[in-house]
Amino acid sequence: MSYCIYYFLYIRGYAVSDFIRSIGHYTLCFLRELGRMGGFLLYSCYIMARRPGSPLHILKQIKFIGAKSLFVIFLTAAFTGMVLGLQGYYTLAKFGSEGMLGTAVALALIRELGPVLSALMVTGRAGSAITAEIGIMRISEQIDALETMALDPFKYLVTPKFIAAMIALPLLCAIFDVVGIYGGWLVGVKLLGVNPGAYFYEMEKAVVWRDISSGIAKSFSFGVIIAWIGCYKGYFAGHGAEGVSRATTESVVMTSVLILVWDYFLTSVLL
Amino acid sequence: MIRLKNVYKTFDSQNVLNGLNLEIPAGQITAVIGPSGEGKSVLLKHMIGLLKPDSGEIEVDGESILNLRRSQLNRVREKFGMLFQNAALFDSMTVFENVAFPLREKTSLSRDEIAERVRSALEHVGLKNVNGKFPDEISGGMKKRVGLARALLLNPKIILFDEPTTGLDPIIRRAIHQLIKDTHEKFGFTAVIVSHEIPEIFDIAQNVAMLFQGRILQIGTSEEIRTTTHPAVKQFINGSLDGPIRLV
Repeated sequence: MSYCIYYFLYIRGYAVSDFIRSIGHYTLCFLRELGRMGGFLLYSCYIMARRPGSPLHILKQIKFIGAKSLFVIFLTAAFTGMVLGLQGYYTLAKFGSEGMLGTAVALALIRELGPVLSALMVTGRAGSAITAEIGIMRISEQIDALETMALDPFKYLVTPKFIAAMIALPLLCAIFDVVGIYGGWLVGVKLLGVNPGAYFYEMEKAVVWRDISSGIAKSFSFGVIIAWIGCYKGYFAGHGAEGVSRATTESVVMTSVLILVWDYFLTSVLL
Repeated sequence: MIRLKNVYKTFDSQNVLNGLNLEIPAGQITAVIGPSGEGKSVLLKHMIGLLKPDSGEIEVDGESILNLRRSQLNRVREKFGMLFQNAALFDSMTVFENVAFPLREKTSLSRDEIAERVRSALEHVGLKNVNGKFPDEISGGMKKRVGLARALLLNPKIILFDEPTTGLDPIIRRAIHQLIKDTHEKFGFTAVIVSHEIPEIFDIAQNVAMLFQGRILQIGTSEEIRTTTHPAVKQFINGSLDGPIRLV
């Protein structure tokens, strides 16, 4: 035993100290990155409060993040609702409660799947594009050009995207919920023969305002996450095409993970 | 006047500026020459506060620009115009919108006045019928001229030119040099030009500084540098392979 300790501490001492040093290095890098991200979010909020940018810029971003995501939201929502209808029907049928299908589909969509899936879809479609756009502006010195004109790049590039994402995400989530509910109705009522009255009546009874407001709160905060990580990764993109491509990948992965982690914490608070 | 005192800057353990001292006199054109990759663009970015030195002091009109708050730094930047090496045009905007952008954001001119100013600025740099084109639809030389029109538009007190004529044909190059010279005579701004155009640069600039290994090797009037006996400066000006400057 003492030989083993001696072996690791002295003979392999270099490797052990190297390992500990690398843990320290990565921890410091991680904390520095975290601090920089926090600073980026705080400064974005400060600029948003003081100079939110022109309404035209914001409308353009709402069109880009919101309106152009409609197709993918429709498609995902319809099939999510249909799968929920299918799975829900066979599960509820075991207890003779097929009439509760509308409630199950609606609650699952409004409280959880609508906000999360719509945010993940927007991350893939718009979040990556935000990072790529700002990253290319960074490497081609367009952001530097704005600064040399004594203009704050945050006002033109960052805050309009924040505001647009915060407006667009709850709207997309609402559309996702409605389309998903009708997807469940299509499978449950039209294909599997659930009573249409029961489908909507039970849903109306079970869904309360708190369910809807928690979904809106979630999608609003997911909008902040998408804009925050997307803009941050682009703003600090590395050199050249490879730097932008790495930033885009990191942005999508980090946003998706953060959405799921934040969803858990928010659910535990809002429940 | 711009003054850099004992400026050091390191990127990934590479010393780019290594105790650099330089004074840019007000109202004159100063050219910075030197081998590629020696940090000439980095030097310009320090002057306008886009990069911060690891140590040293940078003053613009007697005011230190280090440790300024963003709003204070922006006040200093109001004095500047800058032409970037690759023009740095906004690629989602047309040529017209690119040139009009600083006017729209920083002045209260009417739409017609802005259109007239933009048209005149573009004509001044020899560009016509390109208003509706996007930067990726025009040549590199045209991009440089659009960038130049944008930099000159607000009549700044100090203009930084990062290789304004690199990649242009000889006629356009001459025209751009003449344009810088004429505009300078008219408005009397302070100009810093990073350039490899030797010997043309000696006809435009009143002062020339040679940057090598992160320091200013020699600074003097165009005539002094043209007739220098400093071995490295002489080698660079003559484009000779033999001398203290090694390729690798």
